[in-house]
Amino acid sequence: MATIKKLVLDVLKPHQPNALEFAITLAEQGADYRVHLAVTEMDEKTESTVLVITGNDIEFKRIDETIRRMGASLHSIDEVEVHGGRPDDRSTTVSS
Amino acid sequence: MNRGECRHLLLHLYRARGIARRYFITNGFDGALTMLGLLAGFYTSGTASLFVAVTACMGAAVALFMSGISSAYLSESAERQKELQELEQAVLVDLEDSDYGQASRYVPVLVALVNGLSPLLLSLVIISPLYFSQHGGTLPFSHFSVAIVLALAVIFLLGMFLGRVSRTFWLWSGLRALAVALVTLMIILFFSSGR
Repeated sequence: MATIKKLVLDVLKPHQPNALEFAITLAEQGADYRVHLAVTEMDEKTESTVLVITGNDIEFKRIDETIRRMGASLHSIDEVEVHGGRPDDRSTTVSS
Repeated sequence: MNRGECRHLLLHLYRARGIARRYFITNGFDGALTMLGLLAGFYTSGTASLFVAVTACMGAAVALFMSGISSAYLSESAERQKELQELEQAVLVDLEDSDYGQASRYVPVLVALVNGLSPLLLSLVIISPLYFSQHGGTLPFSHFSVAIVLALAVIFLLGMFLGRVSRTFWLWSGLRALAVALVTLMIILFFSSGR
Protein backbone atom coordinates (compact mmCIF):
# COMPACT_ATOMS: atom_id res chain seq x y z
CA MET A 1 0.00 0.00 0.00
CA ALA A 2 1.31 3.46 -0.90
CA THR A 3 2.32 5.75 1.92
CA ILE A 4 2.25 9.56 1.89
CA LYS A 5 5.62 11.07 2.75
CA LYS A 6 5.02 14.74 2.04
CA LEU A 7 2.04 17.05 1.58
CA VAL A 8 1.98 20.70 0.57
CA LEU A 9 -1.41 22.19 1.37
CA ASP A 10 -3.00 25.56 0.77
CA VAL A 11 -5.07 26.24 3.87
CA LEU A 12 -7.26 29.20 4.84
CA LYS A 13 -7.40 29.50 8.62
CA PRO A 14 -8.90 31.91 11.17
CA HIS A 15 -6.44 33.98 13.26
CA GLN A 16 -7.11 31.69 16.23
CA PRO A 17 -5.57 29.20 16.80
CA ASN A 18 -2.42 31.05 15.84
CA ALA A 19 0.19 29.65 13.44
CA LEU A 20 2.19 28.00 16.23
CA GLU A 21 -0.78 26.27 17.89
CA PHE A 22 -2.09 25.25 14.47
CA ALA A 23 1.23 23.69 13.42
CA ILE A 24 1.75 21.97 16.80
CA THR A 25 -1.72 20.40 16.66
CA LEU A 26 -1.06 19.06 13.16
CA ALA A 27 2.39 17.77 14.15
CA GLU A 28 0.82 15.91 17.08
CA GLN A 29 -1.31 13.84 14.70
CA GLY A 30 1.62 11.53 13.99
CA ALA A 31 4.68 10.38 15.90
CA ASP A 32 7.15 11.58 13.27
CA TYR A 33 5.27 14.40 11.53
CA ARG A 34 7.23 17.53 10.69
CA VAL A 35 5.15 20.59 9.91
CA HIS A 36 6.30 23.78 8.25
CA LEU A 37 3.72 26.57 8.09
CA ALA A 38 4.10 29.82 6.18
CA VAL A 39 1.51 32.61 6.31
CA THR A 40 1.25 34.00 2.80
CA GLU A 41 -1.62 36.47 3.21
CA MET A 42 -3.39 38.13 6.09
CA ASP A 43 -7.02 39.26 6.06
CA GLU A 44 -9.35 40.82 8.64
CA LYS A 45 -10.61 37.44 9.88
CA THR A 46 -8.44 34.88 8.12
CA GLU A 47 -4.92 34.09 7.00
CA SER A 48 -3.83 32.08 3.98
CA THR A 49 -1.14 29.57 4.78
CA VAL A 50 1.01 27.04 3.01
CA LEU A 51 1.55 23.89 5.04
CA VAL A 52 4.34 21.45 4.35
CA ILE A 53 3.87 18.20 6.25
CA THR A 54 6.44 15.44 6.09
CA GLY A 55 6.36 12.07 7.79
CA ASN A 56 6.89 8.39 7.26
CA ASP A 57 3.20 7.56 6.78
CA ILE A 58 0.96 10.64 6.76
CA GLU A 59 -2.74 10.01 7.36
CA PHE A 60 -4.35 12.54 5.05
CA LYS A 61 -7.87 11.97 6.42
CA ARG A 62 -6.73 12.73 9.92
CA ILE A 63 -4.88 15.87 8.80
CA ASP A 64 -7.97 17.07 6.91
CA GLU A 65 -10.22 16.45 9.93
CA THR A 66 -7.83 18.27 12.24
CA ILE A 67 -7.69 21.24 9.88
CA ARG A 68 -11.51 21.40 9.78
CA ARG A 69 -11.81 20.96 13.53
CA MET A 70 -9.63 24.04 14.04
CA GLY A 71 -12.02 26.05 11.88
CA ALA A 72 -9.82 26.14 8.78
CA SER A 73 -10.53 25.00 5.23
CA LEU A 74 -8.31 23.09 2.87
CA HIS A 75 -8.20 25.00 -0.43
CA SER A 76 -5.94 22.77 -2.42
CA ILE A 77 -3.35 20.03 -2.30
CA ASP A 78 -0.42 21.66 -4.08
CA GLU A 79 2.21 18.97 -3.82
CA VAL A 80 2.40 15.36 -2.68
CA GLU A 81 5.10 12.78 -2.31
CA VAL A 82 3.89 9.20 -2.18
CA HIS A 83 5.96 6.05 -1.83
CA GLY A 84 4.72 2.72 -3.14
CA GLY A 85 4.49 -0.20 -0.73
CA ARG A 86 6.81 -2.57 -2.65
CA PRO A 87 10.36 -3.45 -1.53
CA ASP A 88 11.91 -1.37 -4.35
CA ASP A 89 10.17 1.65 -2.70
CA ARG A 90 9.37 3.73 -5.78
CA SER A 91 8.89 7.42 -5.18
CA THR A 92 6.55 9.83 -7.00
CA THR A 93 6.48 13.59 -6.67
CA VAL A 94 3.65 15.64 -8.21
CA SER A 95 3.62 19.42 -8.30
CA SER A 96 0.62 21.58 -9.27
CA MET B 1 -13.13 14.06 22.75
CA ASN B 2 -9.36 13.44 22.52
CA ARG B 3 -6.65 15.45 24.28
CA GLY B 4 -5.99 17.77 21.33
CA GLU B 5 -9.69 18.59 20.83
CA CYS B 6 -10.12 19.16 24.54
CA ARG B 7 -7.07 21.46 24.62
CA HIS B 8 -8.39 23.62 21.78
CA LEU B 9 -11.80 23.91 23.37
CA LEU B 10 -10.16 24.84 26.68
CA LEU B 11 -8.12 27.46 24.83
CA HIS B 12 -11.33 29.00 23.49
CA LEU B 13 -12.82 28.95 26.97
CA TYR B 14 -9.58 30.42 28.37
CA ARG B 15 -9.79 33.26 25.86
CA ALA B 16 -13.30 34.00 27.14
CA ARG B 17 -11.97 34.62 30.64
CA GLY B 18 -11.85 38.39 30.03
CA ILE B 19 -15.58 38.44 29.30
CA ALA B 20 -16.33 36.22 32.30
CA ARG B 21 -14.23 38.46 34.55
CA ARG B 22 -16.06 41.55 33.33
CA TYR B 23 -19.44 39.90 33.98
CA PHE B 24 -18.27 38.70 37.41
CA ILE B 25 -17.31 42.22 38.49
CA THR B 26 -20.29 44.00 36.88
CA ASN B 27 -22.98 41.71 38.24
CA GLY B 28 -21.12 41.06 41.50
CA PHE B 29 -21.07 44.81 42.08
CA ASP B 30 -24.77 44.93 41.19
CA GLY B 31 -25.55 42.19 43.69
CA ALA B 32 -23.47 43.70 46.51
CA LEU B 33 -24.95 47.19 46.01
CA THR B 34 -28.50 45.79 45.86
CA MET B 35 -27.93 43.98 49.15
CA LEU B 36 -26.42 47.12 50.66
CA GLY B 37 -29.48 49.12 49.59
CA LEU B 38 -31.89 46.56 51.01
CA LEU B 39 -29.99 46.25 54.28
CA ALA B 40 -29.73 50.02 54.68
CA GLY B 41 -33.47 50.30 54.05
CA PHE B 42 -34.29 47.63 56.64
CA TYR B 43 -31.84 49.15 59.11
CA THR B 44 -33.29 52.66 58.88
CA SER B 45 -36.91 51.48 58.90
CA GLY B 46 -36.24 49.74 62.21
CA THR B 47 -39.43 47.77 61.91
CA ALA B 48 -38.55 44.86 59.66
CA SER B 49 -38.27 41.47 61.30
CA LEU B 50 -35.25 39.31 60.65
CA PHE B 51 -37.40 36.79 58.79
CA VAL B 52 -38.77 39.48 56.44
CA ALA B 53 -35.27 40.88 55.82
CA VAL B 54 -33.75 37.47 55.05
CA THR B 55 -36.66 36.53 52.77
CA ALA B 56 -36.52 39.85 50.90
CA CYS B 57 -32.73 39.68 50.48
CA MET B 58 -32.92 36.05 49.31
CA GLY B 59 -35.68 36.98 46.86
CA ALA B 60 -33.53 39.76 45.43
CA ALA B 61 -30.48 37.46 45.26
CA VAL B 62 -32.41 34.76 43.38
CA ALA B 63 -33.86 37.38 41.02
CA LEU B 64 -30.34 38.72 40.34
CA PHE B 65 -29.15 35.14 39.73
CA MET B 66 -31.93 34.42 37.23
CA SER B 67 -31.56 37.79 35.54
CA GLY B 68 -27.75 37.34 35.34
CA ILE B 69 -27.96 33.83 33.89
CA SER B 70 -30.64 34.55 31.31
CA SER B 71 -29.41 37.97 30.14
CA ALA B 72 -25.77 36.85 29.76
CA TYR B 73 -26.73 33.60 28.03
CA LEU B 74 -29.05 35.30 25.54
CA SER B 75 -26.69 38.16 24.71
CA GLU B 76 -23.52 36.06 24.64
CA SER B 77 -24.99 33.24 22.53
CA ALA B 78 -26.33 35.81 20.04
CA GLU B 79 -22.86 37.43 19.84
CA ARG B 80 -21.12 34.07 19.45
CA GLN B 81 -23.58 32.97 16.76
CA LYS B 82 -22.95 36.17 14.84
CA GLU B 83 -19.16 35.74 15.11
CA LEU B 84 -19.45 32.12 13.98
CA GLN B 85 -21.52 33.05 10.96
CA GLU B 86 -19.07 35.79 9.99
CA LEU B 87 -16.16 33.37 10.29
CA GLU B 88 -18.06 30.75 8.26
CA GLN B 89 -18.51 33.30 5.50
CA ALA B 90 -14.80 34.13 5.62
CA VAL B 91 -13.47 30.54 5.48
CA LEU B 92 -16.42 29.21 3.44
CA VAL B 93 -16.94 26.07 5.53
CA ASP B 94 -19.52 24.91 8.05
CA LEU B 95 -17.94 25.41 11.47
CA GLU B 96 -20.70 23.83 13.61
CA ASP B 97 -18.54 20.78 14.46
CA SER B 98 -15.28 22.71 14.78
CA ASP B 99 -13.76 24.01 18.02
CA TYR B 100 -15.31 27.37 17.14
CA GLY B 101 -18.76 25.81 16.90
CA GLN B 102 -18.31 24.03 20.23
CA ALA B 103 -16.95 27.16 21.88
CA SER B 104 -19.94 29.15 20.60
CA ARG B 105 -22.14 26.69 22.54
CA TYR B 106 -20.04 26.32 25.72
CA VAL B 107 -18.77 29.89 26.24
CA PRO B 108 -22.27 31.45 26.67
CA VAL B 109 -23.09 28.79 29.30
CA LEU B 110 -19.85 29.49 31.18
CA VAL B 111 -20.29 33.26 31.01
CA ALA B 112 -23.97 32.98 32.04
CA LEU B 113 -23.02 30.88 35.09
CA VAL B 114 -20.42 33.44 36.15
CA ASN B 115 -22.86 36.29 35.60
CA GLY B 116 -25.61 34.58 37.58
CA LEU B 117 -23.53 33.08 40.38
CA SER B 118 -21.47 36.17 41.18
CA PRO B 119 -24.39 38.26 42.58
CA LEU B 120 -25.97 35.20 44.21
CA LEU B 121 -22.83 34.09 46.06
CA LEU B 122 -21.80 37.61 47.07
CA SER B 123 -25.36 38.26 48.30
CA LEU B 124 -25.28 35.07 50.36
CA VAL B 125 -21.99 36.17 51.93
CA ILE B 126 -23.42 39.62 52.72
CA ILE B 127 -26.62 38.35 54.31
CA SER B 128 -24.86 35.57 56.23
CA PRO B 129 -24.95 37.60 59.54
CA LEU B 130 -28.76 37.75 59.22
CA TYR B 131 -28.89 33.97 58.80
CA PHE B 132 -26.54 33.57 61.71
CA SER B 133 -28.81 35.67 63.94
CA GLN B 134 -31.94 33.98 62.64
CA HIS B 135 -30.56 30.62 63.69
CA GLY B 136 -29.78 31.74 67.22
CA GLY B 137 -26.24 33.09 66.78
CA THR B 138 -25.18 36.20 68.67
CA LEU B 139 -23.16 39.02 67.18
CA PRO B 140 -21.27 41.83 68.97
CA PHE B 141 -23.26 44.44 66.99
CA SER B 142 -26.70 44.50 65.37
CA HIS B 143 -26.96 41.94 62.55
CA PHE B 144 -27.90 44.70 60.07
CA SER B 145 -24.77 46.72 60.96
CA VAL B 146 -22.54 43.67 60.56
CA ALA B 147 -24.16 42.81 57.22
CA ILE B 148 -23.75 46.41 55.99
CA VAL B 149 -20.05 46.40 56.96
CA LEU B 150 -19.69 43.04 55.21
CA ALA B 151 -21.32 44.50 52.06
CA LEU B 152 -18.88 47.43 52.14
CA ALA B 153 -15.98 44.99 52.58
CA VAL B 154 -17.17 42.88 49.62
CA ILE B 155 -17.42 46.01 47.45
CA PHE B 156 -13.94 47.09 48.54
CA LEU B 157 -12.60 43.63 47.62
CA LEU B 158 -14.29 43.82 44.20
CA GLY B 159 -12.55 47.18 43.68
CA MET B 160 -9.25 45.64 44.73
CA PHE B 161 -9.79 42.82 42.25
CA LEU B 162 -10.42 45.42 39.53
CA GLY B 163 -7.16 47.12 40.51
CA ARG B 164 -5.28 43.85 40.11
CA VAL B 165 -6.88 43.28 36.70
CA SER B 166 -5.99 46.77 35.46
CA ARG B 167 -2.58 46.58 37.21
CA THR B 168 -3.22 49.83 39.08
CA PHE B 169 -2.73 50.47 42.80
CA TRP B 170 -5.11 48.03 44.54
CA LEU B 171 -5.84 50.29 47.53
CA TRP B 172 -6.86 53.24 45.35
CA SER B 173 -9.07 51.02 43.22
CA GLY B 174 -10.65 49.46 46.32
CA LEU B 175 -11.27 52.85 47.90
CA ARG B 176 -12.89 54.13 44.70
CA ALA B 177 -15.38 51.24 44.73
CA LEU B 178 -15.95 51.80 48.44
CA ALA B 179 -16.65 55.50 47.77
CA VAL B 180 -19.44 54.50 45.34
CA ALA B 181 -20.95 52.25 48.00
CA LEU B 182 -20.71 54.97 50.67
CA VAL B 183 -22.38 57.52 48.39
CA THR B 184 -25.19 55.01 47.76
CA LEU B 185 -25.52 54.44 51.49
CA MET B 186 -25.65 58.19 52.17
CA ILE B 187 -28.36 58.72 49.54
CA ILE B 188 -30.47 55.94 51.09
CA LEU B 189 -29.93 57.31 54.61
CA PHE B 190 -30.75 60.83 53.42
CA PHE B 191 -34.07 59.78 51.90
CA SER B 192 -34.90 57.53 54.86
CA SER B 193 -34.28 60.34 57.36
CA GLY B 194 -36.45 62.73 55.31
CA ARG B 195 -39.56 60.59 55.69
